[in-house]
Amino acid sequence: MKLAEALSIVIPLLRDELVVHANGFISRESFNISDRLGNFYMIGSMGLASSIALGVALNRPDRRVVVFDGDGNVLMNMGSLAMIGATQPQNLVHVVFDNEAYGSTGNQRTISGHVALEEIARAAGYPRAQRVDTADALRRAAPEFLAQPGPSFLLIKIEPDREERHIGRITHEPTEIASRFMLALREVPVR
Amino acid sequence: MISGSEFLRVLVASGFDFFTGVPCSLAKSLIATLEERGRYIAETREDAAVGLAAGAYMAGKQPVVIMQNSGLGVCVNALASLSLMYDFPCLLFITWRGYQGKDAPEHLIMGDISPTLLTTLKIPHQVLAKDSVPEAIRWAAETLKHTSKPVALLLPPGVMQ
Repeated sequence: MKLAEALSIVIPLLRDELVVHANGFISRESFNISDRLGNFYMIGSMGLASSIALGVALNRPDRRVVVFDGDGNVLMNMGSLAMIGATQPQNLVHVVFDNEAYGSTGNQRTISGHVALEEIARAAGYPRAQRVDTADALRRAAPEFLAQPGPSFLLIKIEPDREERHIGRITHEPTEIASRFMLALREVPVR
Repeated sequence: MISGSEFLRVLVASGFDFFTGVPCSLAKSLIATLEERGRYIAETREDAAVGLAAGAYMAGKQPVVIMQNSGLGVCVNALASLSLMYDFPCLLFITWRGYQGKDAPEHLIMGDISPTLLTTLKIPHQVLAKDSVPEAIRWAAETLKHTSKPVALLLPPGVMQ
C-alpha cells in the first residue's frame, strides 16, 4: 500500500473532523485527493503537527481532531506522544503513515523500521494503539478509530514511493490555510 | 518586585487565557500560580509549546508561552516557519539568563544574543523592569492584536519574586 491508497481509504470516512497534516507528501497528497476547509496543512515546522492538533483538541473538546502524521515527524517530536498521553484528549485521533523514510527529501531511511511507534504510543498512555499493514486491515480499523473515544494511535505501514512522482504543492497561502481552518472550527459539529 | 499572581492578574486582564511552556527558576512564582489554578500545560520542549500555542490560537485562545532564553534557541524554526509564517500570535515570556554577562557559563552566549536573536526574527520585544510590568504586558497585548504575530517580553533577574 502506498500513501495515496492509504489516504484514499481514510479521507472518504471524514465528516466534520479537523485534520492537521504533517509537512511534505502527507500534506500534498491529501490536498490533491481532497482539499477540505477543515484541513490544516503544516508546510514547515516539521515534527509539530501533533502539538498543533493537541492545542486545538484541548480547547475544542466538542470537535474531533485528527492528525495525519509521518514517521519522521513522530520521531522528531516524540515528547508529543507523552504530552498526548498525559493530557488524554478523548477527541484526538493520531494517524501515522509510516513509510520508514523521509519521503520529500529523497527517501532517506528513518529508524521506524527498528522502533515500534505504536508500542511507544501505548506506553505513553494512548488507550488505543494499533498497527495495520494492509489496505484490508486499514479498511477494517479506520472507521472504528474515527468513531471511538481517543486519544488513539493508528500506525499505517506503507511503502515509500520509489519512482519520482509529481505531486502538486499546496496552492493556498499559509495565512489562507489558517483562516480556512479557523472558519471550519467555528462551525457547530454535525454529530 | 512583582509577584507571580499579580503578573498573572495583568496577563488575564489583558486577554491572555492559555498558558504553556517549559520552566525557568526566574519564572517559578508565575508557573506555581498557574499550576495552583490548574491553568498551566507543562510542555516537553519549547518548540512543541509554540506548536501547542498555534493550535490553541486557532481554537480561539490568546496564548502565552513561558520559556528560558535557552528555549528561544530551541524554537527558532517553529517561530519562523509556523507562528510568523501563518500569523499565529502568542506572547513569548522569556526569562533572561546570562543577563549582563553574570551567570553560569552555559547561559552566557545565549544571554548575550537573546535580544539580537529576537530582532533578527523581527519579533517585537521589550525588557521587563520593576516599575513598568503592567504597561509592558498591555503593550504586548496591543501589539499582538495589530500584527497577529508573536511578541516577546524578556524577564531579567530581580523583576519577579
